[in-house]
Amino acid sequence: MAVAVEIQKTAALTGNEAAAQAMRQINPDVVAAYPITPQTEIVQLFSTFVSDGLVKTEFVAVESEHSAMSATVGAAAAGARSMTATSSQGLALMWEMLYVAAGMRVPIVMPMVNRALSSPINIHCDHSDSMGARDSGWLQIYSENSQEMYDNLIQAVRIAEHPNVLLPIMVTMDGFIISHGMENVELLPDQAVKDFIGEYHFPYPLLDVEQAKTLGPLTLQDFYFEHKREQAEAMYRSKEVILAVAEEYAAISGRKYGFFETYKMEDAEYAVIVLGSTAGTAKYVVDQLRQAGEKSGLVKIRVFRPFPGQELSEALSGLKAVGIMDRADTFSTQGGPLYLEIKAALYHAANQPQCINYIYGLGGRDIDPPLIRQAFMEVKDLASGSAAEAGPTVRYLGVRE
Amino acid sequence: MALPDLAKKPQRFTGGHRACAGCGFPITIKIILQAAENPVVVGCATGCMEVTSTIYPYTAWRCSFIHTAFENVAATMSGVEAAYRSLRRQGKINQDITFIAFGGDGGTYDIGLQSLSGAMERGHKLVYVCYNNQGYMNTGIQRSSATPRGANTTTTPAGTQLPGKPQYPKNLTAIMAAHDIPYVAQASMSHWNDLYRKAKKAFAAEGPAFLNVLSTCRLGWATAPEDTVDVAEGAVQCNVWPLFEVEKGNWKLSFKPKKPLPVADWMKQQGRFKHLFRSDNSQLLETIQQQVDEDWQRLLELCGVNGE
Repeated sequence: MAVAVEIQKTAALTGNEAAAQAMRQINPDVVAAYPITPQTEIVQLFSTFVSDGLVKTEFVAVESEHSAMSATVGAAAAGARSMTATSSQGLALMWEMLYVAAGMRVPIVMPMVNRALSSPINIHCDHSDSMGARDSGWLQIYSENSQEMYDNLIQAVRIAEHPNVLLPIMVTMDGFIISHGMENVELLPDQAVKDFIGEYHFPYPLLDVEQAKTLGPLTLQDFYFEHKREQAEAMYRSKEVILAVAEEYAAISGRKYGFFETYKMEDAEYAVIVLGSTAGTAKYVVDQLRQAGEKSGLVKIRVFRPFPGQELSEALSGLKAVGIMDRADTFSTQGGPLYLEIKAALYHAANQPQCINYIYGLGGRDIDPPLIRQAFMEVKDLASGSAAEAGPTVRYLGVRE
Repeated sequence: MALPDLAKKPQRFTGGHRACAGCGFPITIKIILQAAENPVVVGCATGCMEVTSTIYPYTAWRCSFIHTAFENVAATMSGVEAAYRSLRRQGKINQDITFIAFGGDGGTYDIGLQSLSGAMERGHKLVYVCYNNQGYMNTGIQRSSATPRGANTTTTPAGTQLPGKPQYPKNLTAIMAAHDIPYVAQASMSHWNDLYRKAKKAFAAEGPAFLNVLSTCRLGWATAPEDTVDVAEGAVQCNVWPLFEVEKGNWKLSFKPKKPLPVADWMKQQGRFKHLFRSDNSQLLETIQQQVDEDWQRLLELCGVNGE
């Protein structure tokens, strides 16, 4: 297995190209998709693979994202490994079918390129789209860069299709920042990916007509709750699977993933927690702060669903303060989604750090090192108790107000 | 096909489902499924058919069945059919399978029209059947764009100022014919042999096919259960629901009443038109009759048949 590590090919790819390459190597039986900025390139590139016979895929160029998800659910239930891809309004249009996919336990893998939601219309990055779908029953993995997008997509196939999981999974990357930014990506050989993901085996394929199946029946008060409880249990079980698949993937790629990544956290006294591409900029800021003698650290969440609450709580215990950065608002007056999850996870911790929330970067607003540095300094003040006044716990960073 | 022979064919839709006594759709789908020679995979839009036939842990379907949502059975079945083509091409499946999507007129004329149009335009080899009972019956008899003008529904209630639904029904069969798919037909559950023959043709078509089948809803139409077939027959005999087919672009009339019944005769059979027989609505009855006559003449022209 380890042979693959040595024969990886380095290519300069955008995030969308990396996602499309992963899809080419996954080589699904069916892809049903609809273009939307900034995901469009994935659909276009994949179409060229189909046209040139590089994949065995039946490509269905549907008339909407609602139909994209409907057709993908139908294809996966029929017994075919099936994928789609989307962004923003496209995900919003799929909403109804996201819940159907999860409830029907079809293991769809979907690249999701993060983009703001209307209104007002905006094509640039924030996490409002995927965060809105956070309770739809899908697993969610966030990627910092193109390499992670590629690696996460390949692992996602194994996670979603694992018999103890059988749940759909969306793998996200930040629109434009990653989807259209070029960087070096290490690609596994096609055969290594094929061997890693194996064959698709849906336990109740419609096309097994000798043993007819009824999928999607009406389920009332007597059974609905049991089905939902089983679905919740699959999400619990997925945690173990995510880590096991990461181990196996590390063996063939040399790249190891967990629920989250810690950066210079060993002796950190305060930290910032982020999702997605902001982690790259934040690591640069941590390096600068460390050179200046600051005990700062960073946590980058990779797996948001299932939420690794217990593990995070342990990783954060002993810190005096954390700043949680959200690229989405919940409009609940209680802060962003990541902040709410982490605060809930810390509720039972023996040594709770103080938490503040930064909502930033909506609609693609740049998040630059000075802004992140400002957040770190405010968190430091909170940690040392030297803040002149407590200030609001939910703060909007980098906005005119 | 003789009726005794049809009765001997295996049933893919069993008894024990929970549709109303006198419901039209079980008759419609039984006949259609009996016309299929290959194994079938059925998709169903949310609606009466789905909620009465698959109450977990029971199912009335002796074939593979999928339901995902209301507006998307055509898209869902597009995916199933694409999976079949992919796996067949890869040699993982070797048998012929027939794909059928069922939707009521709500799931077909209205909320599902986009998904239906997309699936037909893309050329998926599946037969879409609209079991058309002229209203949203599952949610309690609301109007749809298939509901006849003047019908009393819970969203077009006949009142002192408004005499039921103000609009004529949309001509969906013509819209589907305009997709230039290999086979489009309009049929009625009352004319079982015509329906059986059309289902056969739809299954044999080299590409997508669409059947629009009138299926009585005795609750929504306010008719006696034992009159279900007669009322559907009446719609055909008064030219409200003509039987025709469009095969590779050629329009062909399937049935011409010897002497068309007045539309009012058909309406009299149903409680939903009761208010139209009040003296203040007599003008509306005449207007509806004129429209039905005009539509009939237009259809005869399309089919190249001489009128009376």
